[in-house]
Amino acid sequence: MISIKNISKHYGSFQVLTDCSAEVEKGEVIVICGPSGSGKSTLIKCVNGLEPFQQGELVVNGISVGAPKTNLAKLRAHVGMVFQNFELFPHMSIVDNLCIAQIKVLGRSREEAVERGLKLLDRVGLSAQAEKFPGQLSGGQQQRVAIARALAMDPTCMLFDEPTSALDPEMVNEVLDVMVGLAQEGMTMMVVTHEMGFARNVASRVIFMDQGRIVEDASKDDFFGTPRSERAQQFLSKILQH
Amino acid sequence: MNYHWNWAIFLTETPSGSTTYMGWMLSGLEVTLALSLSAWIIALLVGGLMGVLRTVPNRWLSGIATVYVEIFRNTPLLVQLFIWYFVLPELLPTAMGDAIKSLNPFLQQFLAAMVCLALFTGARVCEQVRSGINSLAVGQKSAGLALGLTLPQTYRYVILPMAIRIILPPLTSEFLNIFKNSAVASTIGLLELAAQGRQLVDYTAQPYESFIAVTVMFMVINTVVMILMHKVEARVRVPGGGH
Amino acid sequence: MYEFDWSSIPGALPYLWIGMVMTLKITVVAIIAGIVWGTLLALMRMSPIKVLSWFGAGYVNLFRSIPLVMVLLWFFLIVPSLLVSLFDIPRSYDTRLISAMVAFSLFEAAYYSEIIRAGIRSVSKGQMGAANALGMSYAQAMRLIILPQAFRNMVPLLLTQGIILFQDTSLVYVSSLADFFGTAYLVGSRDGRLVELLLFSGAVYFIISFSASQLVKHFQKRTSL
Repeated sequence: MISIKNISKHYGSFQVLTDCSAEVEKGEVIVICGPSGSGKSTLIKCVNGLEPFQQGELVVNGISVGAPKTNLAKLRAHVGMVFQNFELFPHMSIVDNLCIAQIKVLGRSREEAVERGLKLLDRVGLSAQAEKFPGQLSGGQQQRVAIARALAMDPTCMLFDEPTSALDPEMVNEVLDVMVGLAQEGMTMMVVTHEMGFARNVASRVIFMDQGRIVEDASKDDFFGTPRSERAQQFLSKILQH
Repeated sequence: MNYHWNWAIFLTETPSGSTTYMGWMLSGLEVTLALSLSAWIIALLVGGLMGVLRTVPNRWLSGIATVYVEIFRNTPLLVQLFIWYFVLPELLPTAMGDAIKSLNPFLQQFLAAMVCLALFTGARVCEQVRSGINSLAVGQKSAGLALGLTLPQTYRYVILPMAIRIILPPLTSEFLNIFKNSAVASTIGLLELAAQGRQLVDYTAQPYESFIAVTVMFMVINTVVMILMHKVEARVRVPGGGH
Repeated sequence: MYEFDWSSIPGALPYLWIGMVMTLKITVVAIIAGIVWGTLLALMRMSPIKVLSWFGAGYVNLFRSIPLVMVLLWFFLIVPSLLVSLFDIPRSYDTRLISAMVAFSLFEAAYYSEIIRAGIRSVSKGQMGAANALGMSYAQAMRLIILPQAFRNMVPLLLTQGIILFQDTSLVYVSSLADFFGTAYLVGSRDGRLVELLLFSGAVYFIISFSASQLVKHFQKRTSL
């Protein structure tokens, strides 16, 4: 479903990604981890074309992301993304946040969009907040709305860019619970996160990145049981100390 | 369109004979520069003083400064100029008014325009100074006072040196504005750059050349001032400070 | 000592009102046209297409480096004759009001565009990313997500600029167009009561501008909560 082949990217002379390759099958949950600055957020943003890359090939649902003819907007409409800082639209109510892209991008009617949006809002447990504005919600609530907003587009797969790292500790779980639910329903997911509990729980595979390279791509049991690279071992021991 | 361009017009002698049209332009430029610079110096003094007053914890002092700012920012520059030029000499005691009116016309116009521009710009400078001082963390003032400095000392050594650096960029734009605003003085007959441009149109029937020349001269002034102020800003920049 | 005589003002009020209407007409037209054109200029300036961004930057820098009086003189003394020779408009046709509106719109657009550009920049970069990630095009993201937020942040600055513009319209004096100030000046010279009329017009400008700026401040406080 997502095929990443030999992707390289640089800003000027600074190499951000070097020769990264990975395959994601339908229904898989891939957790990407690694030290900060290892290029994991950049990699996941390449998947829906938010970050351009210079070399390699990236195919999502049979569409080549890097090809100049590709209609990126159309591709993105069916690839959900959740951001570290939520990025809800602060000038719109929650329900409008959920509807705007359904109406303007998918061309749904307002009634249809509201119905779909409210259903998903209910699913993330926030029906009562529909008329509020993002600024009136807690971080955890905002992030759950952001997930619902992405789901409202009926995505074929979901990208999560450190969805819990901007949250206060007590709010992390409410967001992770929603994500676990999604994974169990068979949603194809790529998740950049440091939450190793989440990885142990639902990941199909774990990708470990360091200095712009994919150092390890292993099943979660192999990764947590016997990480091969020294860097991954160091990383795990640091993370697990917390 | 058949317009006859004639750039040589600037080298032609004026009807009065003593100089060329280029000479008129240059004397206009001279008046613009003299007017703007003298008004700028007064504006800095007045605006700096008033700006500090607006931040001091004394209701009377800050009240005076507030009234000054509100009056001068909420009336059009043109109205202010006309009041200085036409109204003030009438309102002064007769002897003083007559003394002003007996000055030569150029001096009357120049002084009215200078005072007008200075106080108009001073009100804007005042606001920049105030917001510069207010943008400094309250901690700076407390830190100064905690070290045993008096309030004036805290202003002198702690607050103002940093505030000046913060307000330099907005002051630059006020400095640029004063040159542009000085063109309003042409309305009371002061022969500065814009007025010379108009006079040239009347005398030569070559409007395009004269207007282009005046416009270019203003652009040159703008560019030169901008370059100078960038140099000043670079020189006073605090190492490691964001400004 | 000068003896005030305000008696010529009551009779002149109807004329002054007509002048004020003209002042407001120019102000409102220039604010609306200036914001629209200024927004386009700001977008051009931020465009990745070099020609557009150069045009935007050139336009803004040109208009910001010359005095408003000069711009008005250009428009009043030169543009009408240009129009006459280009479109064969009868010479008797009074183009001054149109010229004033066009001049102020084009001039203010340069200032508005700088405010709007800063407003667009103040919206976090992630918002564009989020809009794109939902499948919105650049134009949709700008129109639906970025500009509404930018304008919300900019409203006080745009209004303040509008108040400055309101005061600046008095400079149509250079074309002897009878706006509020022009009318006050005419009445004052006619009756030999320039002192009273100038002071009166200053007071009127002050009351309107001061109240408007207090309103803006009030509005700013309320929205920042």
